Amino acid sequence: MATTTEAAPAEGTTGESTEAEGGAHHVFPPLDSKTFPSQLFWLVIFFAALYLLMSRMVLPRIAAILEARKNQIDGDLARASALKDETEKTLQSYQKALSDARGNATDIAKTTRDKVDGDVNAKRAALDATLAEKVASAEAAVAKSKAKAMESVHDIASDTAAEIVASLTGGKVTKTALSKALADAKS
Amino acid sequence: MANDPIHQFQIHDLAGPFHVGGYEISFTNSALFMGVIVATITGILTLASSKRALVPGRLQSVGEMWYGMIDNMVKNVLGEEGKAFFPLVFSLFSFVLVANMLGMFPYFFTVTSHVIVTISLALFVIGLVVAVGLYKHGLGWFKLFVPSGVPLAILPFISLIEIISFLSRPISLGLRLFGNMLAGHIVLKVFAGFVVSLGALGGLGFLGALAPMLMAVALTALEFLVAFLQAFVFAILTCVYLNDALHTHH
Repeated sequence: MATTTEAAPAEGTTGESTEAEGGAHHVFPPLDSKTFPSQLFWLVIFFAALYLLMSRMVLPRIAAILEARKNQIDGDLARASALKDETEKTLQSYQKALSDARGNATDIAKTTRDKVDGDVNAKRAALDATLAEKVASAEAAVAKSKAKAMESVHDIASDTAAEIVASLTGGKVTKTALSKALADAKS
Repeated sequence: MANDPIHQFQIHDLAGPFHVGGYEISFTNSALFMGVIVATITGILTLASSKRALVPGRLQSVGEMWYGMIDNMVKNVLGEEGKAFFPLVFSLFSFVLVANMLGMFPYFFTVTSHVIVTISLALFVIGLVVAVGLYKHGLGWFKLFVPSGVPLAILPFISLIEIISFLSRPISLGLRLFGNMLAGHIVLKVFAGFVVSLGALGGLGFLGALAPMLMAVALTALEFLVAFLQAFVFAILTCVYLNDALHTHH
């Protein structure tokens, strides 16, 4: 208790206050053990009250605010990333649809071209066949006409020969003799 | 009376005297200020958390920083297991901080300038450390005083030092806060007293009063820093000591 003895003269020099407060306060107030029970008693009461107020009421309130903010931020970030994913997915499906459509278009163009080509070929073949038929029949007709013409020439020649013989000799020639002579002349 | 630097620490009854079991437990100015401290903390923090704004305003930011500082301290020093002690550390910090800050107002009583208050808080912390240590680790907790990897020859000596250092914790914890608050307030009052005494002389004394005046202003700023710092130190040391109870790694 060295402090107490030091404090006493200090109070003495500054003087009148100790007298005004009454002679009981000769000890240095912060070390006056007479006030200890009262201070301890009220400290326990008020600190317990503070602890209860803090732990039951005030701190949960602030924690709830911070928690709500954290949830909000986390939720917003999650939603943003979900939207980003969705955008990417949409973009991918769009590109897939685009390439599908392009493939389909190529397919349709190819099949159409093939079909048209086939049609053209078939028609051309049919046309070729009819044309060849016509040519063949025309050729046959020509050959027939030619043969007929040749026969007419033979007849005309034998007639002409008979006429010539008749006018030259005045005699009649038999048909068989003429044919024989013509055949001889030909060979 | 106004010149006496000790007068500000005087305790006087406001109601009473009450006697319980032979002890005098009157409602004093100290008790009144303890009540004011509790009301101030609860009032500020309730007001700060009343709007529940997503984007905090000024007061709400203060409340959230207050909460976040202690929350971080407890998490960093004690880890996840220390969560249970968060309200206690928060209450200790807030009580000491607001007691110190209220003490900065002229004519206000400084609760933490009385040794019984600070030593009681410190003893409570150390008592809690012992209780939690024994509850968590049983008698094995006493290995805290027997560091491993020390040669057997000097082990008793080291253990003795560990025990003494442990026992001196409540004393240093309590006396540090008490000493800082007491000394700060006395020095402030002494310099302020000089201003009045010199100023009263007039003339040259008036000029001479400028020096202690500037000193008092500077000391007031310093005392605000000390008021916060001591509360912070008290809280962080509480965490460090509690860490010994939770994790015995020596």
